[in-house]
Amino acid sequence: MQAPALLVTVPLLGALLISITGRLNRKVCFPLAAVSLGVSLYLSILLLFAVLTEGEVFYKMGGWPPPWGISYHIDHLNALVLVVVSLVSFVNLPATYRYVHRDFADRTGPFYALYVLMVAGLLGIVVTGDAFNLYVLLEIAALTGYALIAMGEAEAPLASLNYVLMGTIGASFYLLGVGYLYIVTGSLNMWDIASLLPNLYQSKAVFAAFAIMMIGIWIKMAFFPLHAWLPRAYVYAPSPVSSLVAPLVTKVMVYVMIRMLLSVFTPDFAFSTLELSRAVVWLAVVAIVGAALLALAQQNLKKMLAYVIVSEVAYMVGGAWLGNRAGLTGSILHISNDALMTLCVFLAAGNIAYKGRGLDFSDLGGLFEKMPFTMAGLLAGALSIIGVPPTCGFFSKWYLISGAIQAGHYGFLVALLFSSLVHTVLFFRVIERCYFEPVGQSHGGHSSGKAMEEAPLSMVIPLLLVAVGLIVLGIYSRELVVNIIQYAVPASMV
Amino acid sequence: MISTLIAKYNYWIYITLMMVGMYAMIAKNNLVKKIIGMNVFQTAIILFFVSIGAKQDATIPVLEHSHGPEAHTVRALDYINPLPHVLMLTAIVVAVATLGVALALAVKVFNRYHTLEEDEILTQIREE
Repeated sequence: MQAPALLVTVPLLGALLISITGRLNRKVCFPLAAVSLGVSLYLSILLLFAVLTEGEVFYKMGGWPPPWGISYHIDHLNALVLVVVSLVSFVNLPATYRYVHRDFADRTGPFYALYVLMVAGLLGIVVTGDAFNLYVLLEIAALTGYALIAMGEAEAPLASLNYVLMGTIGASFYLLGVGYLYIVTGSLNMWDIASLLPNLYQSKAVFAAFAIMMIGIWIKMAFFPLHAWLPRAYVYAPSPVSSLVAPLVTKVMVYVMIRMLLSVFTPDFAFSTLELSRAVVWLAVVAIVGAALLALAQQNLKKMLAYVIVSEVAYMVGGAWLGNRAGLTGSILHISNDALMTLCVFLAAGNIAYKGRGLDFSDLGGLFEKMPFTMAGLLAGALSIIGVPPTCGFFSKWYLISGAIQAGHYGFLVALLFSSLVHTVLFFRVIERCYFEPVGQSHGGHSSGKAMEEAPLSMVIPLLLVAVGLIVLGIYSRELVVNIIQYAVPASMV
Repeated sequence: MISTLIAKYNYWIYITLMMVGMYAMIAKNNLVKKIIGMNVFQTAIILFFVSIGAKQDATIPVLEHSHGPEAHTVRALDYINPLPHVLMLTAIVVAVATLGVALALAVKVFNRYHTLEEDEILTQIREE
């Protein structure tokens, strides 16, 4: 089966093709992007079913056996994340079609080439089993992300430049950690390193490698207080970009962290030998509370959402480091749930921005009358982020909370409840304004009258599908845990 | 003390270079200086990787051929480890691409604010 290789190669070649043909004919850019991402989505679903029926899939690149060649290795953990990444990027494509063709009419070629290339990088990060290959794909995803964010207006280039500096430090730290691991083991294949490491767990070099790698990954995933690059980069990015980048990049980095904890180092080493797990969970507690307070201080919808992402990232870090089955299950489940709900709220914000409205709270008045469907989508996303059943956000939070109780870490429990409370306040402040306040004197002065000014159907339908998806995912989250995530957590963990 | 300094001098050099780069990224006010600091930072890691491939009394990893029928046995100890060097070829490409993207962004920033000094840009943003 060649699916693992094609999964990355198809969007990679697609991106090249788009950048070439985009110069000749701009109309082919979107169909080409849709086809290449559609193929990736199909292949990742195929791989998920292959993993479910036959167990883990090994793929040797070019026929070279590991540890000499690069191997792709798909188990329950990354099969799930692959589907999430390709699904989110595929849904975001039609949802932003109108916006891209209006605002980047002369640059659709570069835009879609970067878009597809970024997805190729993200899929590669998830599918690869080689530590150095992961670094290269990380940089592919990051560099395209910088360029996409810089397409925005106002402060976007400056925000993107800050992101370049921070992102490069993060990726370089990861590379340094890989170097240390290579010195002690002489291997780059994750599973090969894992089999060589246990005798070396007392070595200081291994500890240094672990610590440096973790800090690098935390910078890339915007783990508070290393989050400084994220809010401005995501706020000033154009809407079609922020609804691609915001759901995916941080979540993929959480996946990388879990992969390092579980597959390269063993849970034994990370949670028992090092005795760091409680300390890291306390860091997550500080991060959740800090990000929640910063979110409260914002007066702009998109800025507020950016800080919500920062606190959601801390949920997943804390859950993973609790070091028990429930916490890790919650963390993995939250990767897929958070990707979908972030997509939902950012698509809604994009629809509001498309109609030329500002996203400052003072501009949001009367939106329920003007854009009822968009606001319904935003409401569904908000309920899921707060964690109201039956939306999916409730179930992952439930696992995280039971993990915290099981580990006896009540600080994390309190932080989760506190941030749920803060998120409730945050979103209901927004909803209240949109529902009760009169139509504000928003941008352009075209605000009079009661007529509906809904975004075009091509933007509303994907948003509503994602909103329904949040509830469906919530209802089926038990099946998701029993059939997939249960096997992603190592059997040794209780 | 002296012996750890001298025996592991390659590590000391890379750490020093890395800190020089990081200092420039954090402390410098000019965006181009920050970007060059970032490049120094990446180069330090490249040098680190290159240095770990070295061995004493070893030669470049090209097999010595004999013209006759007799085959040479390959002794790994006689050759330096080529793998870190090959990895760094990729890392150099990444570093160049990052530098290019960062400088392009600096041009965009300059076109908007007509300066590359960070404090002046921030005052302009505050005034807007």
